[in-house]
Amino acid sequence: MAVAAATTTSGARPSRAGRLRPPAWIGTVPFLGYVGVFLLLPTGIVVWNAIRNPAGHLDLASLKLIFNPNVRSFFTGSIELSAVTSVVGAVLGAFLAYAVASGNPDGVVRRLYIAGSGVLTQAGGVTLAFAFNAAIGPSTGFLMHAGWYYNFPAGIALIYIYFQIPLMVLVFLPAIDGLKVQWREATESLGGSTFQYWRHVGIPLLFPAFIGATLLLFANALSAYATIQAWENQIAYTVPQQIYVAISSEVGLASNEGDVLAVGMVVLVAILMVAYAMLQRRAARWLR
Amino acid sequence: MAAIGSLGDSLSVVQPAGQPAGQQGMQGGRRRRLNLFRYAMFTIFGLFFLLPLVAMVRFSLEGTKPGSFSTSAWTQIGSTPGLLSAIEITLELVVLTCVVVLVLLVPTMIWIRLRVQWIARIFEFLCVLPLAIPAIVLVVGLVPVYNRIERTTVSPLQLFWVYVILALPYAYRSLSAGLTAIDAVTLAEAARSLGASWATVILRVIVPNMWQGILNALLLTSALVLGEFTIAEILNYSTLPVALFNISRATANAGVLFSTSTAALLFAFILLLVLSYAGRRLQRNRA
Repeated sequence: MAVAAATTTSGARPSRAGRLRPPAWIGTVPFLGYVGVFLLLPTGIVVWNAIRNPAGHLDLASLKLIFNPNVRSFFTGSIELSAVTSVVGAVLGAFLAYAVASGNPDGVVRRLYIAGSGVLTQAGGVTLAFAFNAAIGPSTGFLMHAGWYYNFPAGIALIYIYFQIPLMVLVFLPAIDGLKVQWREATESLGGSTFQYWRHVGIPLLFPAFIGATLLLFANALSAYATIQAWENQIAYTVPQQIYVAISSEVGLASNEGDVLAVGMVVLVAILMVAYAMLQRRAARWLR
Repeated sequence: MAAIGSLGDSLSVVQPAGQPAGQQGMQGGRRRRLNLFRYAMFTIFGLFFLLPLVAMVRFSLEGTKPGSFSTSAWTQIGSTPGLLSAIEITLELVVLTCVVVLVLLVPTMIWIRLRVQWIARIFEFLCVLPLAIPAIVLVVGLVPVYNRIERTTVSPLQLFWVYVILALPYAYRSLSAGLTAIDAVTLAEAARSLGASWATVILRVIVPNMWQGILNALLLTSALVLGEFTIAEILNYSTLPVALFNISRATANAGVLFSTSTAALLFAFILLLVLSYAGRRLQRNRA
């Protein structure tokens, strides 16, 4: 335990001569060990399996699988679904976030929306597919019998937007909270209208944060698996579904298909992360 | 490295109360327009979010004849085979994961802030890294690791090991916001100069000052564990979402699906709301 190890050192005092003390970084070893075993090791296993042949030697041939037309269609499906739901979710979520942010920061509405957003983004999963089936399922829908409910991407995109909007509210609120009242007042004292404030001040200021949040939503949709599996588990449309097929049935395109697809996803997310980081750095200049 | 680091920046969910985005000193006309906009938004989005849930509640109360009412789907929660045990496992996993997240992160984060600042960047990178590695990817590599664990004990509670990893980015952001809000170094120096041990400094001086951050971390971790499906399904453990998924495969539109899903979402919502108000009370008591 970190605390137990830590109590034996007394770093704040001048060290007494003649006694060896463990260095302070020893206190972080439990954490590093845990992350090593349950995060870095599994990731390493996936990467290694993707770039080796069945005999256990380094062999990049499996990576060619990415260019297989079937595999490409899973990536296209994933990217299409993620792109549509992240853009729609981000735009709608930004409006809702502004409505939430412009109220009492300690008020009931804000708390309800934040707690509700937390539930829908984190705890939703399979239950959201059941809820939509109850509401608009083609044979059972309570509100309507939507014939397009089982079409890809239309039906599943609607469910994804349902959890993307709350995520946008959560990640975009800090950016809107960062808009200073003084900027608005400055615009008004110079005779600017509401439209001019948004056109020349508000939107340019929020834009980098908005794009960053959209990318986060994209990554969120890309890695989502529970909802789409509960929506339709017979046909794989997206990469996560196909990873499941590959690792659970042994009849994939190659013995390490799951690993190759997994590495493909990580590379895709990594590209997004770099883009996100560059945008955040721009946004950080103003919103502090 | 900085790339993923900055990804987590927007994850501290419940903000310390700041100014609203501009209601003070506002002209009457603008305030009216803003309020009109707000109420329109709340109505439209409120309907969008509530309608599927209302449909689910209605289905959970459907009797044998269409249009009739019955509570049988709710009483079935107790009698459906495997469902109660799945609920119990999920709740135990929530508690286990929350405890391990706090035990692992809180002392380490305080220790890093006080004594080993040079490691802070690497630490942050590791904490938000799970955002870049989707659960479906992680689980592919976890299968061999879990094969090893299962040689000693096979228990669905073993899932907490990896749930802690999934919760890291969210817990880290909340705790880090709580920790930067206080002057930990000065507090620690004061306590140390009065003869406190490091354990006392961490547990009795710094932790009580970062309750808000700890509660936020608990809130997000609990919600995440309640809904986690990917890893539990693939490792073949029957948590609540997995049990519900299996029921839906066996009998589409089984009433018990809707009653249990409603109960689970409601439970998560109330938990998050209670923790959010608890945080405010604690903060006020200290102020």
